[in-house]
Amino acid sequence: MSVIYRKIKQIIGPLLFLENKHDVQYGEIVKIRSVDGSERTGQVVKMNEDMITIEVFEDTSGLSSENASITFTEDSFKIKISSDMFGRVFNSLGKPIDINTKQELDTELLTEVDRDINGLPINPFARDYPSEVIQTGISVIDGLFTLIRGQKLPIFSGQGLPHNLLAAQIVTQAKVLTEEPFLIIFCGIGIIQDEAIFFMKRFQESGNIQNIISFINFADDPIMERLIIPRVALTTAEYFAFEKDMHVLVILIDMTNYAEALRELSSAKEEIPSRKGYPGYLYTDFASIYERTGRIKGKKGTITQIPILTMPNDDISHPIPDTTGYITEGQLVLNRNLDKTGIYPPFEVLASISRLMKDAIGKNTTREDHADVSSQLLSSYSASLETRDLISIVGEDGLNYNQKALLRFGNEFERSFLNQGDKEERDINKTLDIAWKALSSIPRNQLFRIHHEFLDKYYIGGV
Amino acid sequence: MNEVQRKKQFGFVSSINGSLIEIKGLENQVRLSDLVRVNNILGEVIQIYSDHVIAQLFENTNNLKLNQKVTSLQEPLSMELGPGLLGTIFDGIQRPLEATLLQSTTGGFLERGADLPSLSRTKKWLFKPLKKVDDSVNTGHVIGFVQETPLIKHKILVPVGVSGTLTYIAEEGEYTIVDELYRVKSGSNEKTFNMFQKWPITKNRPYKSRSYPHEPLITGIRTIDLLFPIVKGGTVAVPGGFGTGKTVIQQSLAKWCDADVIVFVGCGERGNEIADVLKQFTEIIDPKSGRPLLERIVLIANTSNMPVSAREASIFSGVTIGEYYRDMGYDVAVLADSTSRWAESLREISGLLEEMPAEEGYPAYLPSKISSFYERAGVVNIYSDEDSSNFGSLTIIGSVSPPSGDFSEPVTSTTKRFVQAFWALDANLAYSKHYPAINWLKSYSKYPDFISDWWYERDVYWPEIDIDWNECRKEINNILSQENELKNVTQLVGEENLPEDQQFILFISKLIRNSFLIQNAFDPIDCFTDIKKLIEFTKIILLLYHEGQQLIAQGYLIDDIKDIKVVDYILRIGQSVPNDQLAEIEQLRKDLSYEIESLKLIHGALKKK
Repeated sequence: MSVIYRKIKQIIGPLLFLENKHDVQYGEIVKIRSVDGSERTGQVVKMNEDMITIEVFEDTSGLSSENASITFTEDSFKIKISSDMFGRVFNSLGKPIDINTKQELDTELLTEVDRDINGLPINPFARDYPSEVIQTGISVIDGLFTLIRGQKLPIFSGQGLPHNLLAAQIVTQAKVLTEEPFLIIFCGIGIIQDEAIFFMKRFQESGNIQNIISFINFADDPIMERLIIPRVALTTAEYFAFEKDMHVLVILIDMTNYAEALRELSSAKEEIPSRKGYPGYLYTDFASIYERTGRIKGKKGTITQIPILTMPNDDISHPIPDTTGYITEGQLVLNRNLDKTGIYPPFEVLASISRLMKDAIGKNTTREDHADVSSQLLSSYSASLETRDLISIVGEDGLNYNQKALLRFGNEFERSFLNQGDKEERDINKTLDIAWKALSSIPRNQLFRIHHEFLDKYYIGGV
Repeated sequence: MNEVQRKKQFGFVSSINGSLIEIKGLENQVRLSDLVRVNNILGEVIQIYSDHVIAQLFENTNNLKLNQKVTSLQEPLSMELGPGLLGTIFDGIQRPLEATLLQSTTGGFLERGADLPSLSRTKKWLFKPLKKVDDSVNTGHVIGFVQETPLIKHKILVPVGVSGTLTYIAEEGEYTIVDELYRVKSGSNEKTFNMFQKWPITKNRPYKSRSYPHEPLITGIRTIDLLFPIVKGGTVAVPGGFGTGKTVIQQSLAKWCDADVIVFVGCGERGNEIADVLKQFTEIIDPKSGRPLLERIVLIANTSNMPVSAREASIFSGVTIGEYYRDMGYDVAVLADSTSRWAESLREISGLLEEMPAEEGYPAYLPSKISSFYERAGVVNIYSDEDSSNFGSLTIIGSVSPPSGDFSEPVTSTTKRFVQAFWALDANLAYSKHYPAINWLKSYSKYPDFISDWWYERDVYWPEIDIDWNECRKEINNILSQENELKNVTQLVGEENLPEDQQFILFISKLIRNSFLIQNAFDPIDCFTDIKKLIEFTKIILLLYHEGQQLIAQGYLIDDIKDIKVVDYILRIGQSVPNDQLAEIEQLRKDLSYEIESLKLIHGALKKK
């Protein structure tokens, strides 16, 4: 029997306070039904002998101390999951929605399981070290910062940079190179409706929509829903990965909105802030999302995450990217200047890294020359940027032969390797062939990082 | 009587806030730091009031209810110390993660309230007694031993505070850790003991006396062993922003440093890193014994998504296990990655308690917590049955993750006050692929004077450059700091316009940076430089430096020196000369002298003309 309360003592932002009159469970979910018929969901976050504190997931405006009845469900926050979900869009409570009207749909979906959205931490002993590749079809990622199944690799972007386009491209092109089932879970956190419509359009055009489950939280939705939605998405991912043997790629966009919602809630609770007003537990909270990634010994499925965030003021030392970088296994950074010169995707190659790729690329997985080529591209590109700086001092005529070659390489690298159409898909062979074309601007004897056998086989420049 | 006593040990939950619960009915029974249990979830008493106590639970509190029964366990959080620690991976409160996995119904996920003994109760160990009945024994005496792993002999020690006469001791044979092993009689009291003992994690294990450190902990990392050495029994902090290679340094230390036992505490870090450590240590073979390195390691893993309150305990759990092996006379190294996450867990709990914060929300007691951790390091004269001194040491190496790489933040700056060595990792060095990214201008170590005698005894004598380790490191430091001073001038006027002797300094320091300081942790030869190679490597660079200085003073040009062929070989010593083939460096030394002599001869001849 569930207990019903009819009186609220206090309402402060998303928090409701009730007099404690029964045996409530910590973390229990409550349903708040107001007289106008609307229903909200909340959770018990604090309780003592006198008072129960409830955090409401939706907007609390319109509630008064007397106009709502509060039902205790004696259950934790659960979401219904089933394979009926493929190809559909859901809100943060796991209800199917129409993104054009933002309304919930009446469609009844099958329920295979009910799962607690907070999940459980993976036993570190049970983890298997990630070592297999996901191909995104984007040269700079596949070639230089390969994405590994079970990795969490964030994209640090900035306002106005094309991260939406990039996210859509990854969603529509990503694939595992084996015949195993592959699922993409797209989770929009606090995104505006136009963006949501853009994403859905791109997904539909790709003809791949049956392999995508989307969760959308709009920018004007209540902040509590923002905090739930990544957990709902990841709970769904865990079910399909570890119980249905699928490889799941989860895209979370934009984590900055998530962190700001967390800050807003923290200040409503009058907690002591640490840096820039963000709560001291930002790291732990981020970890509870990012760490829901990986491989488990004895299970076929994997979860891979690409969280996308916008760095406030393009500042990589801001708490949001900084905290993220400490948890994730590498980062991909977008650069505003490259974007201005019309390069897409505008990757800041030297600040980006994928920490798990070293054990996963090579002869049996991608191509024998992959490791050498990526290391050579990075080092030559870094040298070519230094040479560009030199021009402002000595002028282009003051450069020697090798420096001029580096300059040519740098331009070729940006124009043909980095630069790619937003619907252009390149497999790893094509990516590496383009890389060799760029590298061939450089005299062969300057390519120190590539073994001779690969130079013999692939180098196409002059002698 | 019995009934009353048991009744007294129950209380009831009266409030829940995150991982904190308030309990009524226990206020007169519990001591601070005692354990309590609610619904199979363990917790620790952190505050006692006149009408209630506050406890912090080590796991998620969801689904708990008010008025639920709370049991007081009447003891603080303690480690089980006995055979079976090595090669095992535990969580922050010493639950064995492998056994948890086997018992789990969720397949790979950690359920709440797993209740398993830390050490296996059924595994049998071959015990060899060293004492006889009627021997008198005292704290720390060795009753016998068990070969815990092929690398480590586990001595069974008489627990602290026990003394008397042995009335029974088991014969050589196989026993589990709970079987009766010996009995000690003191006066009319007779007590039975088995293979393991318990020790509270926040209490230092006692020793006879503290001793002065005099022996370095050799890490095989050149920058550390020469410029910023540590000692057995020392303390080091390794701060660095993300991507600067803290974890790689910690892992190389765990692999190659010359401690007997390693306790690796993964505290609030990535789950995949723990998987990596486990995989590597199972695969990597100790060159000395031919056994997997895992056999000398105890792993404690509290990844960033595991309960925060257990994270606070994990660091002390690690140190306690370390002290136990120290008491057997071993050199132990405790590696904690990362202490910042641990400090953050203190901050989180302090926030829940609504304590008055000091800097950046950290509690005012942060310094005392940090010092109570690092102060447990040291070389000590242990209790043992022999009259002569027996030493054991505990070294603590803690990494620090300062937000945005800013070393002025509270955890880094506080830690700096309690450690004797500081390896500052630098993002700029890391971006330019200079690994290990230890910044030689910001790092320091206060240990060189402690260990210069030790090095003096192991010096390799070269007549043409008669200086020892301590002088070598001073010279190298000197060259690097001169380079730093010249840097600004160079940017203004360009390197070519400097006087020859200053250009030479730049040349030598570049050589030191690129050949000596940069070291590839993944290269089979370069990953570990032993002491003899270290000294010869340093000396050949300094030999070039000394001779070069003389040549320059005599009017030779910097280009003459740059043309010396041996320079090319010196650049590659790290990766090309294995530790056991130092004859190659000897050859370089001869070639260098020969080249310099012939340089002089040619020029002499030119001058005569």
